[in-house]
Amino acid sequence: MILRLDHIFKDYTQDKMVVPVLKDVTLHVERGEYVAIMGPSGSGKTTLMNIIGCLDVPSSGTYQLNGNDLKDCSDNQLSQIRNESIGFVFQTFNLLPKQTAQENVALPLLYAGVSRKERMERARKALEKVGLSDRVDFKPTQLSGGQKQRVAIARAIVTNPDILLADEPTGALDSASGRQVMDLFGRLNHEGMTVIMITHDSEIASHAERVMLIRDGVLSGMNGAKVSAGRKDKNAGGADVAWEEAGYADGEEEARFEGEE
Amino acid sequence: MLENIRLAFQGVWDHKLRSILTMLGIIIGIGSIIAIVSTIKGTNEQIKENLVGSGNNAVNIQLYQGDWTLDLSYQSPPDGVPVISQEVLEEVKALDEVEDASLYYTRNEYDAVSNGIQTLNGGLILGVDENYLNVYGYQITKGRGFVEKDFTGNRKVALLDKIAASNLFSGTDPIGKTIEIKGEPFTVIGLVGKKATAQPVINSMEDYYRYMSNNSSGVVCVTDAVWPIIYQFDEPQNLMVRARSTDDMTDAGEKAADILNAYLTVTDETIKYKGEDLLEQANKLQELSNATNQQLIWIASISLLVGGIGVMNIMLVSVTERTREIGLKKALGAKKSKILVQFLTEAAVLTLMGGILGIIVGIILAYVISGISSAPVAISGPAIALAVAFSTVIGVVFGMVPSVKAANMNPIDALRHE
Repeated sequence: MILRLDHIFKDYTQDKMVVPVLKDVTLHVERGEYVAIMGPSGSGKTTLMNIIGCLDVPSSGTYQLNGNDLKDCSDNQLSQIRNESIGFVFQTFNLLPKQTAQENVALPLLYAGVSRKERMERARKALEKVGLSDRVDFKPTQLSGGQKQRVAIARAIVTNPDILLADEPTGALDSASGRQVMDLFGRLNHEGMTVIMITHDSEIASHAERVMLIRDGVLSGMNGAKVSAGRKDKNAGGADVAWEEAGYADGEEEARFEGEE
Repeated sequence: MLENIRLAFQGVWDHKLRSILTMLGIIIGIGSIIAIVSTIKGTNEQIKENLVGSGNNAVNIQLYQGDWTLDLSYQSPPDGVPVISQEVLEEVKALDEVEDASLYYTRNEYDAVSNGIQTLNGGLILGVDENYLNVYGYQITKGRGFVEKDFTGNRKVALLDKIAASNLFSGTDPIGKTIEIKGEPFTVIGLVGKKATAQPVINSMEDYYRYMSNNSSGVVCVTDAVWPIIYQFDEPQNLMVRARSTDDMTDAGEKAADILNAYLTVTDETIKYKGEDLLEQANKLQELSNATNQQLIWIASISLLVGGIGVMNIMLVSVTERTREIGLKKALGAKKSKILVQFLTEAAVLTLMGGILGIIVGIILAYVISGISSAPVAISGPAIALAVAFSTVIGVVFGMVPSVKAANMNPIDALRHE
């Protein structure tokens, strides 16, 4: 099992009030799975993604990545885990505008201590893999949205991570580019990459083998999730979905972040 | 690290105007310090060269009353100061530190020398022995020097330096012409000039300034044999000693003065011979110019401080602007230390470039100052190395606050930053 979240709780304190964001979330993901986590805004899906991506730590519960408990990891250790095990794909790509596609893709390898020559070589290969071998020296401003996201995906896979973690990967794309990106995820998953995707779009979520729903901080499996053609259903776990109604209003999480900014 | 430096240079290049403006404080600060230091060093070297010279090492030993040389123009020699005999001179010459020594008389005179038309309105009259010109570092540039018969025959012959010659004869050949010294006619037989390495006669700070500022007073040399004709008999002489090396100058001066003082039988204890320690004089002058300029350096340092604050300010703006980039890099696995080093490197590269530009500006400035004030320029290697190091340190020190801010950013919030 590559990812094992057990009874994860996450609270935020705001104005001396404790706001629960994740409530007893349990999620197990096998190597090579393609999981979508779906939920509306304010459901806690971003917080869950941050925890999976080791950007945040749970208030309680255990998180095992690749068999290692991440409980007492230092900031530096978490950085290293992010670098080695997680490949992030963001809604807004987050490419460095002044750097070429190749340099952008090579960036995670810099933090892994790979020599410049090898970095550039591996970045070129990763760009080949996403079908952008002819855009190696292009800057992000010279690329279309879909191409930018593919560069970002190349950056995410260049370190051969355990998990490809995508947050609304098609959110900023038109439908044609979105499809291309989803095809790419499908292909990467087919080649053995574990993909976890966060989205609010059921159409996008339907590309995954397994769809989990998150609502008001509670994660549940969804039965009868659509499975991409030619892929066997690995079963989505808990079929007994019980929607717990929210104890707090939607959008509270959003409000918290806005308050912080 | 190499990658960081590359990135830093790229960052500077991407924001050319901003970078230059940020560097301006550092450029001005380092520039003025380099200019000041170069000018000080040039002045100091000039002082040392003028005072101490090299290869000449002459030490002048004169009779003092208290802190002042005894000027026989205004008073008769005090009782108990004997004429220095040849035996005493030989005693001085026998000193380990002394290479050669000679005796001479001297007066500062006003309106004492003329050729009937022109009068020297100042100047130094020397009554010298056979050895003096050699010991002091004069050479004959025209005509002839003193020969034995000039001394034995009490010939009234004189040597002029260039200034005295041009003041008296304004360009025409003075050789063979007659001049009057205190009413006594003398025949000019030659011109003397300093050897390249020779030094002026400098006994005190006052003399130094007189030398530096007033070149109108010339030098007139006659033999010591005829000195009593112009002045008086049994006048005590001064001693000119040439030390074996520059380092021996102080010892040579002191020991020679001791020998002379042993023959004094004066009642006034403050009357004694003293060797002028020109090295010490040079140091005093250098300290004087250093002290003045030290203050200038402090003032220039203020602009460095302001420059550093400017760097900090811009780096803070840069960190805020690049919040998302920092968040991304952290998400991609950059450790705190990596982010810290990246921004510190950027600050240091910025100030280092400012420092290097400042050095160039400073050197140009030093030459401009030198052109205006005719002070020489000596570019100081250590000062440049120090400026480079110092500007880097400024970058690291003032870059620290923004860099720590960047390193401590929470990646989640940073990634959400608009």
